[in-house]
Amino acid sequence: MNYWKEFIKGIIKENPVLVSILGMCPTLAITTDAGNALGMGIATTFVLVGSNLVISLLRKIIPKAVSLPCYIVVIAAFVTFIEFMMKGYFTDLYKSLGTFLSLITVNCIILGRAEMFASKNKLLPSVLDGLGMGIGFTFALFLMGSIREIIGSGTWLASLLGDTFKFPFEPITVFIMPAGGFFVLGLIIAVLNLMLKKKPPKAVGCGGCTACGGALERGQITDCVSGG
Amino acid sequence: MNSFFAIMISAILTDNFVLSKFMGICPFIGVSKKLSSSIGMGAAVIFVMTCATAFTYPAYKYMLEPLGLTYLRIILFILIIALFVQLVEIVMKKVMPPLYSSLGVYLPLITTNCAVLGVTMLNIDNGYTFWESIANAAFAGVGFTLVLVLFAGVREKMEGCDIPAALKGLPITLVAASIMALSFMGFSF
Repeated sequence: MNYWKEFIKGIIKENPVLVSILGMCPTLAITTDAGNALGMGIATTFVLVGSNLVISLLRKIIPKAVSLPCYIVVIAAFVTFIEFMMKGYFTDLYKSLGTFLSLITVNCIILGRAEMFASKNKLLPSVLDGLGMGIGFTFALFLMGSIREIIGSGTWLASLLGDTFKFPFEPITVFIMPAGGFFVLGLIIAVLNLMLKKKPPKAVGCGGCTACGGALERGQITDCVSGG
Repeated sequence: MNSFFAIMISAILTDNFVLSKFMGICPFIGVSKKLSSSIGMGAAVIFVMTCATAFTYPAYKYMLEPLGLTYLRIILFILIIALFVQLVEIVMKKVMPPLYSSLGVYLPLITTNCAVLGVTMLNIDNGYTFWESIANAAFAGVGFTLVLVLFAGVREKMEGCDIPAALKGLPITLVAASIMALSFMGFSF
């Protein structure tokens, strides 16, 4: 059941957002409502699976010295594709995600998985790893989006279901503002720490987020810059 | 002149990249532990943002637009940024070793910083002219540095505080960032 393990680890145990603390920008920026969060999660999952697939196939061809630019080009190609699809079929979602759809390119989760996993593993495990991490990312985004939308706007999934869920209290608007994003994420991680009764295990060595562009590995800096 | 002033105020204060656009959160959380490193990172970001815009803007206007290939901009922009950062690192190491030892270490961190790619694309989306784009990029970098330095000060103060165990580390940092974002909201009213 090795394949199952590769798939399931990204969802809770090594959740990219809540445990490894990667991909902070989209997590904070587009979770003002649960529908957007879901759309962003699915788009990222698609790119993650696609890039893991291609990079795993090319892992013996890409030279180590130029691996970062190669990975970025593969990822950017998938992002361009999903941007076209979304513009064509989900125009509203495309508009509300805005620049952040293009910025999936520099999402450190995707680069991290390419560097830490897909470049070292066979096709099937890489795809499953991408899928699991993508679902974990979507789950964290959806959780954030739901909390912020329910408290901040008094609705749930309003962009998909209209007024189906409406809550009879005065919404606290600050929750859908930037300040609320930082606050909710901080509390979710704190609650998770409390539930696990300890600090979540740090990813082995470096989580491979490449936020430091490999500088840690080359010994140019001593502390991890992503705070993971 | 008027538009430059508007760009300056909005890029530094009201539409701050970190606290209201949520770009560059990773370095904001990661490099804000010490005041000295936050200043170095900020300077490197200002430099790379401005120079990257100086390359990406003409590439978009004079290459992609006439050829009708605007959809290739993500790929082109990220390649330009990656190449530029690599080049600066090599040149700086050779020509200005003292500057390299203080700034150079932050350069590799910047390739995958979404604020840099973000600013080059927002300049195009907002329909800025070349000089407006340069100004926007430079002031966005200044805004980033301002927040990074202020936040490093806050975090240095927090070191000695008695924080509940579950909130230690990242959670309390995020809550502090939230309060800071709240105070920056005051600029937009």
